[in-house]
Amino acid sequence: MKKGLLRFAAVAALSLAAFSTGAARAADMALDAITKAGVLKVAVPQDFPPFGSVGADMQPKGYDIDMAGLIAEKLGVKVELVPVTSANRIPYLTTGKVDLIISSLGKNPDREKVIDFSDAYAPFYNGVFGPADIAVKDAAGLSGKTIGVTRGAIEDIELTKIAPADATLKRYEDNNGTISAFMSGQVDLIATGNVVAAAIIAMNPPKKPEPKFLIKNSPCYVGLNKDEPKLLAKVNEIIAAAKKDGSLAKISNTWLGIDLPADL
Amino acid sequence: MAYQFDFGSLWEYRGVIADGVGLTIRLTAVGTVAGVGLGIAGAFARTSRSPALKAAVGAYVEFIRNTPFLIQLFFIFFGLPVLGVKLSEWQAASLAMVVNLAAYSTEIIRAGIQAVPKGQIEAAEALAMSRLQIFRHVILGPAMRKVWPALSSQIVIVMLGSSVCSQIAAEELTYAANFIQSRNFRAFEVYFVSTGLYLILAVGLRALLKLVGWSLFRRRRHV
Repeated sequence: MKKGLLRFAAVAALSLAAFSTGAARAADMALDAITKAGVLKVAVPQDFPPFGSVGADMQPKGYDIDMAGLIAEKLGVKVELVPVTSANRIPYLTTGKVDLIISSLGKNPDREKVIDFSDAYAPFYNGVFGPADIAVKDAAGLSGKTIGVTRGAIEDIELTKIAPADATLKRYEDNNGTISAFMSGQVDLIATGNVVAAAIIAMNPPKKPEPKFLIKNSPCYVGLNKDEPKLLAKVNEIIAAAKKDGSLAKISNTWLGIDLPADL
Repeated sequence: MAYQFDFGSLWEYRGVIADGVGLTIRLTAVGTVAGVGLGIAGAFARTSRSPALKAAVGAYVEFIRNTPFLIQLFFIFFGLPVLGVKLSEWQAASLAMVVNLAAYSTEIIRAGIQAVPKGQIEAAEALAMSRLQIFRHVILGPAMRKVWPALSSQIVIVMLGSSVCSQIAAEELTYAANFIQSRNFRAFEVYFVSTGLYLILAVGLRALLKLVGWSLFRRRRHV
């Protein structure tokens, strides 16, 4: 009996040791593991156009899908897209179901405690948009203008604070109301997200909503597990190269209808 | 219940609410005066001998009565600018209410006109009164007296219906309520107060319409 207990303790100690070396080995091994497997598993959105949605042919498409393809291509591996929701994308990464999150993910201190972030790869911001012939550079420039906004949205709250007294804010029920007001010329400018502006540009209207100034900037980052400096460096290297050679600008033009902001 | 009611948080928005009530009253006033006025003209046209005029007014009435008010409003505000007719939200909301109430009141007043005994009209014709004179002096009074309660109800419905004008950012009472709700998230308090205000407005409007009906259309006996 005593012998049996001893043997059990020995086995337990051994397996514990094996487990801890396993864990230690896993750290910073993700890049090698991906290369070896030949597959990069990426969490992508499936219900958030233009970043990720399912097309008529049932194939996922969007900015994030193209970005995932680009990174996999540069790593020389195949891409495996894993559709996620905004609520489960981080658990998918931390439990090892995916290698990267490319899912219009914004950075904040809470998330930074759990995962690491690459450099920004996509613009995501709220701002004021309007046709080219209206010159506005800042909130003070809204003087005398009529600006459409979706009631209660972050743009509404912020603009209410910073807009001059003689600017008129027209608040609509939802994004569609705001878009209609802009398209029908009921408002000079709109305050909205760049994604909404992209949706308007995609309709090819006579008046294109061009970015005038930022209200709140929250670009998208690739999310990675902590303690993977090699993978992080590689992803950042790929993003930097894509910014330089114009392939990221091409993705941005395809899905958002605008060039990359210079400060991204 | 854990919810802490805080009606005091509405106090800082009293100006927004007052402006909202003011616009609701103005919209209702314009809609009622112009709408009922046009309704009387429309009802007169429907009794006309010209089939074309009758058909045109009939088509207008049916078109408005068989489409939603919100769609009419969107068409005027978002649709017409494509044709170069750009109205402010106040103009668009007023126009939609006038157009809407005019159609309903045409139909209601027509019913009243048809209820006027033929003998009275024949008597007026025998006195060589013109068609317009007969309409003004013989038909309109009794017809309006008969349908005034129904017309009053329709006016109150249109007043309450003005709440959808918030959808085109006309800053009436519902817009004010939605605006405040989007700022302090006190849905219960905001909608409780706005419901009470609509109730007061509706009851007040009914009382006012009763008074107007009594003073304009009461039966006068000339002995």
